[in-house]
Amino acid sequence: MSDGATLWVAILVTAAGCYGLKLLGLLAPARLLEHPLAARVSALLPVSLLAALAAVQTFATGTELVVDARVAGVGAAVVAIVLRAPFLVVVGVAALTAALVRLVAG
Amino acid sequence: MSTEPTEPTEPTEPTEPTEPTEASWRTVRASVVRTGLGVGVASGAYALSIGALGVAAGLSIVQTCALSVLVFTGGSQFAFVGVVAGGGSPMSGAASAVLLGARNGLYGVRLVPLLRVSGGRRLVAAQLTIDESTAVALANEDRGRRAGQLGFWVTGLAIFLLWNLGTLVGAVVGSAVGDPRDYGLDAAAPAAFLALLAPRLRGPTEWTAAVLAAAVALVAVPLVPAGLPVLVAAGVPVVMVLRHREQPYVDASERDHHGAPEGSEAPEGHRPAEEGGR
Repeated sequence: MSDGATLWVAILVTAAGCYGLKLLGLLAPARLLEHPLAARVSALLPVSLLAALAAVQTFATGTELVVDARVAGVGAAVVAIVLRAPFLVVVGVAALTAALVRLVAG
Repeated sequence: MSTEPTEPTEPTEPTEPTEPTEASWRTVRASVVRTGLGVGVASGAYALSIGALGVAAGLSIVQTCALSVLVFTGGSQFAFVGVVAGGGSPMSGAASAVLLGARNGLYGVRLVPLLRVSGGRRLVAAQLTIDESTAVALANEDRGRRAGQLGFWVTGLAIFLLWNLGTLVGAVVGSAVGDPRDYGLDAAAPAAFLALLAPRLRGPTEWTAAVLAAAVALVAVPLVPAGLPVLVAAGVPVVMVLRHREQPYVDASERDHHGAPEGSEAPEGHRPAEEGGR
């Protein structure tokens, strides 16, 4: 357990570091992505980012891979997406399915 | 934030490749706002647990809330609280938290041509540059720049509000609110990302990038600290482009694509791949 002052210093260092990195990115010159290769990478970045986020948040707990009720929820979401359900229905179906699976599996 | 009544249906007709009409913009705007708020609620619910975990790790309520307001990037906050809760020194917690924050810098570079912010708005936009706001912005970018920008701001502001509210509630009532997982909220966020991903899978290149990125991220999960697998997966498009640099690239918007749902192609213009591409 750490004392309050040490924690405050660490919190402020974390905040400054995280904010600095965010700002650094937004200060990059726009022409950085105009190079043909960079433009092609950035065109594919959204699908890569979305797929990686979805996969990690479905299967990762900390640094472990686990199969739990989330998989059922996301599977139901895939069905909803294929059926062209609106965005909020997709999200709702996923949460409801995962909650029901947890309730039943206890 | 817009709270007008929304149209009950999604746009199904692709918009003309010109400046969208006022009516079609209203439809697009309503859909982008719904998406942003949905992602905000799904992600903001996690803040209940960061609030409860922070207090359990020995932070005061004020410190836990300060972490959410000032750091405002979930992965880094979980890392910081995790190290402190495990008995590690707060400064080593800060080090891993900042390391995880590096991906937000990458997102910023990608967002520069879309957001076009400067001065005070850039300072605010920087704090809102996180996984979710970037994802919604880029997922709506090809419906026009206004749609992409709206996605960023609605999602970022909605999450900022709900994230800090959730942290406060979680820190004060602790575990009394129960586990957010009991409500299936941990499945809501990945489902939201998949829903944003689906309309973008227009051709084999996009499918390959998505499948490889998901696989690489999962392989990385046990190997690197939490939060970094997504950054590792960002290397997938880099490798794909470098391996095929000698072949002419055909942007998805120039190919025939079958059934991209939700009228997701309103090329108001400004696609980086076109203006910089061959």
